[in-house]
Amino acid sequence: MFAAVSKSKDKSNKTRLREDKEVAEINLAVKKLKEKFQNSILEILTFRGEVTVLVSKGEIFEIGQFLHSDPDLQYHLLTDLCGLDFFPQVPRFEVVYHLCSIKNNQRLRLRTKVGDNESISSVESIWKVANWYEREVYDLFGISFENHPDLRRILLWDGFEGHPLRKDYPVEGPDFDKPFIPEV
Amino acid sequence: MTINMGPQHPATHGVLRVVLELEGEIIVKAIPHPGHLHRGMEKLAESKTYHQAIPLTDRLDYTNAMGNNLAYVLAVEKLLGIEVPKRAQYIRVMMAELQRIAAHLIWLGTHALDIGAMTLIFYNFREREQILRIFEEVAGGRLTPTYLRIGGVSKDLPDGIEEKIKSFVQAFPDHVKEYETLLTKNIIWLKRTKGVGVISKEDAISWGVTGPTLRGSGVKYDVRKAFPYSSYEQFNFDIPIGSVGDVYDRYTVRLREMEWSNSIVEQALERLPKGPIIANDSRITLPPKDDVTKDIASLIRQFKIVSEGFQPPVGEVYASVEASKGELGFYIVSDGSNRPFRFRIRTPSFANLSALPKMIEGSLIADVISVIGSIDIVLGEIDR
Repeated sequence: MFAAVSKSKDKSNKTRLREDKEVAEINLAVKKLKEKFQNSILEILTFRGEVTVLVSKGEIFEIGQFLHSDPDLQYHLLTDLCGLDFFPQVPRFEVVYHLCSIKNNQRLRLRTKVGDNESISSVESIWKVANWYEREVYDLFGISFENHPDLRRILLWDGFEGHPLRKDYPVEGPDFDKPFIPEV
Repeated sequence: MTINMGPQHPATHGVLRVVLELEGEIIVKAIPHPGHLHRGMEKLAESKTYHQAIPLTDRLDYTNAMGNNLAYVLAVEKLLGIEVPKRAQYIRVMMAELQRIAAHLIWLGTHALDIGAMTLIFYNFREREQILRIFEEVAGGRLTPTYLRIGGVSKDLPDGIEEKIKSFVQAFPDHVKEYETLLTKNIIWLKRTKGVGVISKEDAISWGVTGPTLRGSGVKYDVRKAFPYSSYEQFNFDIPIGSVGDVYDRYTVRLREMEWSNSIVEQALERLPKGPIIANDSRITLPPKDDVTKDIASLIRQFKIVSEGFQPPVGEVYASVEASKGELGFYIVSDGSNRPFRFRIRTPSFANLSALPKMIEGSLIADVISVIGSIDIVLGEIDR
C-alpha cells in the first residue's frame, strides 16, 4: 500500500517539475534578464510555480532598476526584502527580494549571496519601502547596505548587542530567566 | 520644537513612538520609532514545528487572527503541495471575511474616536461582539481563535451557527448605513479628513503600501483578485477604490469593503459545500479524535504528528492573503527538517507605517492623529 502511494506521489512531483520548467520558460522577466545581464544571472530555480532568480551581488542595483523601469515588466512593488542565514556555509548570508508587477500580475523572487562582513548596494532609491526593510535586515542579520540614507536599527534599540536572526544567536539568551533590574 | 509622541499615547493605537519636528504647528520632519512590541516571532518560529507556529500567527495583527492563520497555513500547504477540501476552503473564506468586518469595525470606532466622534465606537463594538460570539462558538476563542489547521480547519461548524451568521449578514448592511449617517456628510468629519494625509498612486506603490490605504489612492490591487487563493475566484465581489488618496478616501474604501465582505460571507453561506473539513494525509493532518481512542494506528499517527511534526520537501514558498490592513505574506524556507529554516512574515502595517512621514510632513500636528488612524496600523504585526 505504501509503495503505491509513493509512486503516485512521484508522478505528481514529476508533472509539477515539468510545469515549473514551463513557468520559468514563459516568464518574460527571466528571458529579458538573461539577455541583458548574462554574467550576473547565476541560476533560475522554480518551485511550486514560483520563479527564483539567483543573481550576483555586484549588479543587484542595476537589475532592480531594470526590472522597475522596463515598460513590459514594471515591477513597481517591492513586496518584501529579507535576509537568510546559512551559517556555517560560506558565503553566509542571502538577501531575498520579492517583487510584484501590478500591471502583469506577476511575482518574481531575486536572491543574492552576501558574505560575512560584506555589504550590498541599497535599492532604496528604486523602491522607497526598501529603506525600512533594509534597516530591518541590518538590525536582525547585521548585513550592511551601501548608499542607504539612514542605516540604523529599527526593531531593537540602539546599543543592542548581536543580531538575533543569525543562526548562531541563541533563541534564549544568557539573561533569559534573570530578572531585569535597571540601573538608576 | 521637537515633540515626542508616544509610545504611550492613545491615538497611536499601541506602542508607537513618533518624534515630530515642528515649526509652529507645521510638521517639518516625522521619525517613527517602532519596535516596542518586538517579540522575536520569526526567531521563535524557527524552533517550533509547523503546527506549533499557528498560535503565533494569531498574535501578529490581533484584530485579524483568522486572516493571519489563513496566510500561514496557505504557505505551508503550498510548500507541502496538498489540496484542501472545498468545504474547508469556504469556511476559511467565511471566517476571514467576518474577521475583516470585525477588524474594520475596530478601525472605524477608534479612528472616529481619535478625531472626536465618540458615538460610533459603541455601535461598532455592538456588531463586533456578534462576530466574536460567532467565532467563540465556531473555534472556542474570541480574539485568538487558532481555528485553521494545515490542510483544513480544526472542527466543523457547530449546529445552528449558520442561522446566526445569516441573521448577522442580513442586518449588517443597515448598520453600515447607520454609521454613515453619523460620519459621511458630517461637516466636522469632512473638515478633519478631506485633503488630509494625501499620498499619490506612484508614491504609495513605491512605499510598498498595500490594502485599503493603497486602494484609497486609486490603485486596483487586491490579492484576492490578483492572486486568488482559497476559492476566492468563485465569489462575486468588487474592489472599491478612491481617487484622491486622502484620509476620507480610505474611510469610504473601508466602508464599501465591509459591505463586500458581508456579501462574500452571504455567498459562502449559500453555496457552502458538504464534505470533509480537513485533508486526510496521514503524514500531515491529525486523525479524527474518535479514532485515537479506539485504533492503535491512529494513536501512533496522532503521537507522531504532535511530537515530531512532519517533514516538508526542501524548498521555498511565498504565499500571501489580503488581510484587513493589506498584503500579509509568509515566506517559508524549508531545509527538509520538521522546523522551518526561515519564517519570514511580510506584514502590511510595517510597509504602511514607513509611508507615514511622507503623508504627514508639511501638514498640521492635529492631522497626525487622523492619518495614523486612517492607515490602520497594529503594532503587533509591525514589531512581530
